[in-house]
Amino acid sequence: MSETRTLLVCCGTGCLANHASEVADALEAAVAAAGVDAVVGVEASDAATVKRTGCNGFCENGPIVKVHPDDISYYKVRPKHAEKIVASLGGEPVKALLYRNDEKQLVTRQLDNPFYASQRKIALRNIGEIDPLVIEDYQERGGYVVLERIIREAVPPETVIQELIDSGLRGRGGAGFPTGIKWKTAAGYARGGGADADGGQLPAFVCCNGDEGDPGAFMDRSILEGDPHGVIEGLAICAYAVGAEQGFLYIRDEYGLALKNVSAALASAEERGFIGDDILGTGRKLHLEIVRGGGAFVCGESTALMQSIEGQLGEPRAKYIRSAQRGLWDYPTVLNNVETLVNVPYILACGGAEYAKLGTARSSGTKVFSLVGKVNRTGLIEVPMGATLRHLIFDIGGGIKNDRAFKAVQTGGPSGGCIPEQYLDLEVDFDGLTEKGAMMGSGGMIVMDDHDCMVEVARYYVGFLAEESCGKCTPCREGLRHMQAILTDITEGRGQPGDIELLERLGHTLQQASLCELGKTAPNPVLSTIKYFRDEYEAHITAGVCPAGVCPELTDFYIDAEACTSCNACKKACPTGAIEGDKERAYVIDMALCISCGSCRAACRFDSVCTRGKARGKAAAGAGTSAEGKVAS
Amino acid sequence: MEERIREIAQRYPAEKRFSLAVLQDVQREFNYIPPEALPLIKEHLGPDVREGQLYALATFYKALSLKPKGKHIIKICDGTACHMQGSTRLITAVQLALGIGPGECTPDGQFSLELVNCVGSCALAPIMIVDETYHSKVTMEGLPAILDTYRPGGERDV
Repeated sequence: MSETRTLLVCCGTGCLANHASEVADALEAAVAAAGVDAVVGVEASDAATVKRTGCNGFCENGPIVKVHPDDISYYKVRPKHAEKIVASLGGEPVKALLYRNDEKQLVTRQLDNPFYASQRKIALRNIGEIDPLVIEDYQERGGYVVLERIIREAVPPETVIQELIDSGLRGRGGAGFPTGIKWKTAAGYARGGGADADGGQLPAFVCCNGDEGDPGAFMDRSILEGDPHGVIEGLAICAYAVGAEQGFLYIRDEYGLALKNVSAALASAEERGFIGDDILGTGRKLHLEIVRGGGAFVCGESTALMQSIEGQLGEPRAKYIRSAQRGLWDYPTVLNNVETLVNVPYILACGGAEYAKLGTARSSGTKVFSLVGKVNRTGLIEVPMGATLRHLIFDIGGGIKNDRAFKAVQTGGPSGGCIPEQYLDLEVDFDGLTEKGAMMGSGGMIVMDDHDCMVEVARYYVGFLAEESCGKCTPCREGLRHMQAILTDITEGRGQPGDIELLERLGHTLQQASLCELGKTAPNPVLSTIKYFRDEYEAHITAGVCPAGVCPELTDFYIDAEACTSCNACKKACPTGAIEGDKERAYVIDMALCISCGSCRAACRFDSVCTRGKARGKAAAGAGTSAEGKVAS
Repeated sequence: MEERIREIAQRYPAEKRFSLAVLQDVQREFNYIPPEALPLIKEHLGPDVREGQLYALATFYKALSLKPKGKHIIKICDGTACHMQGSTRLITAVQLALGIGPGECTPDGQFSLELVNCVGSCALAPIMIVDETYHSKVTMEGLPAILDTYRPGGERDV
C-alpha cells in the first residue's frame, strides 16, 4: 500500500459542538509526529493529509472521521484516538470507532451503515467530501465546470432554462413551484416581454433564500456550510439564465459558520473569475452579496425576504404580481432556496431528462430531510422523492428510541402537519404530503412517540407562529392569538365543550383569508392533529386528562415500586429535589415539591415513572394556574 | 461609545438597505442597541432613512434588542426537536437555578436567558448555547455544572 491517505474530519456545527476541531488538530499533530513510518513506503509529506469538511449528517454520532481511499468511517472520535487512527493507516481499521449496525456487526464503509445505505446524495454530493474553504476541492469534483461551459460557449439562456424545466425540479423551500418556470418568467420580464414592455432590458436580481427558519430543519445550514461553492455556482447559473448582474444570499445571522464559509467562498470564486466584474474574461458581471437575516421567521417568505433586503420591515405583500415580475426594487427577481440552487449545477451536468427519471412523476429528484425527534438515528438524509415514511423512520432512522410506540411524524415545519401511523406507507413527495394535511415544507421531519401530547404539540406550533406572525393581516395576527389562547386553556385543564369546533372554524378562516402562505398554512398543525387525534383533544377537555402524560396541569407523576430498579437516574434529574429514595427504600416523589416537569420520566430507562390524571383534576381549572405562576411560587 | 457607533455605521455605504446590517453590528458590539445609537446611525445612512424606521427594525427583528443583556447570554433552543427532547424542562431548570425567565436578566447582570428558534443542531437536542459555545444533549443532571462555569470566577467567566 503506497497510496496517499486523506483524513476527512467532519466539522459541521454538530460535530464542532462535539469538539471536532480538537480532533482535527490532534490528527494533524499525530500525522506530523508519525512522519515517514505512518504508511510504509510513502514519503512523510505524502503519507496523509487532514481535511476539515462540512456536515456528514449523522451528527448524533459525531465527530465523524473518514479515511480515503480506504473508505473507512469512524464515529464519536475523540482527540485521544488520533494516534491510533494514524497508526492504523494502511492496515486494519480501529475497531472501537466503527459503527455497529442493527445486527451488532461492525461496518467499515459508509455505505454499509444503515443510515447511509439507501441515501442518494445529489444536493449533499460534496458535503463531507471536500474542504468547503478550498475551491480546488470543489473543482476536483466537477465544480464550476457547468458554469464555465455555458459562459464560454455562450449557451443561450433559453437552453439552460429549458433544461431546468425538463428536469422537473421544484422549489425545495417548501412551495414546490417549478424552478425552470420561475426562471423563464423572470427572464421574460427582464427582457422587456412583460407588462412594462418598452423593448429595453430591465435589471434583474437573483436571490438565495438561506433564511432557514423552520424549527427542526437544518439542511440549508448544512449545505451552506459544507458546499458553499455549489450554491454560488447554482446562483451564478441562475443569474446567467435570467440576465441578472446582482444577487443576494440572505442567510440567517444565527448560522455563524455558514456565513463565514459563504463569504470565504465568494471571495475565492471572485478571485478565480467565476463571479465579479469580468467573468472568465467575457466582460459579463455578477456581484453577489451576503445579507444577514434579522431573526424573523416570516422573512423566509419570498416577498418579506425581499423587503428585508431592501432595508425595510420584513412584511409580506399580497402576490397578485409575482416577484418574478416585480421583486426587489420592483424589478424582476428570482428567489430560490439553497437546496434548489445546489441541485442546479448537477442537473445541467447530467441533463434535465436524466434527473427527471429520479423520484416520482410529479416530484422529480431527491429531497433532503432532517430526521429528528424520537428516532434511534437522527440526522440529515437525502433520498429520492417517493420513499415511504416507514422507510425513512424505520430503515434509515432505525425505529423509535427506547422501543417506544410510534405516534406521529410532523413534517413541513411549524405550519406542516402531523401524520399518524396509518399513513406510514405514504410515499413522500410534494403532493402526497399535502393531501394528508401536512406539507413538504423545507423537509423537517420530527418523529413523535407515545410520550408526546398532540394537543401540546399543536399549542407549541401555534405559539411559535403567533409570535412570528408579522401582524400585517388580521386573520393571521388575531386568529393565531385566539387559537393559542384556546389551546393553552385546553392543555391547562380549562377546555370547554365546543373548543374543538371553534378551533376548526378559526383554522378555516385563516386558510382562506390570510395574506401570505405563512398565515394560510398556520392552522395546519391544529387541523391535522384534530383530524387524526381528536380523542386526545376530547380527553383533555372532557376528562381533564392528558393521555400522553405531558401537560403539567393535568398530570401527576408517581414511581411504580415494582418496576423501579433504584438506579437513581430520576433523583439526579429532578430539578426541585422532589424525589427521595435509595437502594434500601423505594423511590417516591414528594408531590408538594413536584412541578410535573417530567424530567424523571425522561430519565427513567425502565418505564417505572408513571403518570395519572392530576388528583386535583378540574378543581385547578379556572384558578389561573399558569406554568410560570407555579415555577415562581 | 458614540465614536464606536459611528465607526460601525461607516463600515457600510450610506444606503437604506444597510440599516439592518448596521443595527446587527451594533447589537453584536454592545449586546444591545443603546438608544443613543439610533440618531447616529440615521445620520450616517442619510435622508432616505428616518429614525422611526430604525426603531421599527430594532423592535421587529428578534436578533435586535433595545434592552441591555447580561454578560453571558444563555440561549435555549426551543425548536421542535429540542422541544420534543425536553427543552421545556431545561427552561424550567434554568429558571429555578438563576431565578430568571426568558427575556430576563439576572440583577447582577451576569446572565440573561433567551429562547431561540431552531439553531439547526436538532440531532444534538436539547441544545443550550451560552455566548458562542454549544452545549449539546444537555441533561438536568449536567446543567448545574455548566452554569457554574459561567458564574463569577468560573472558568468560562472571561
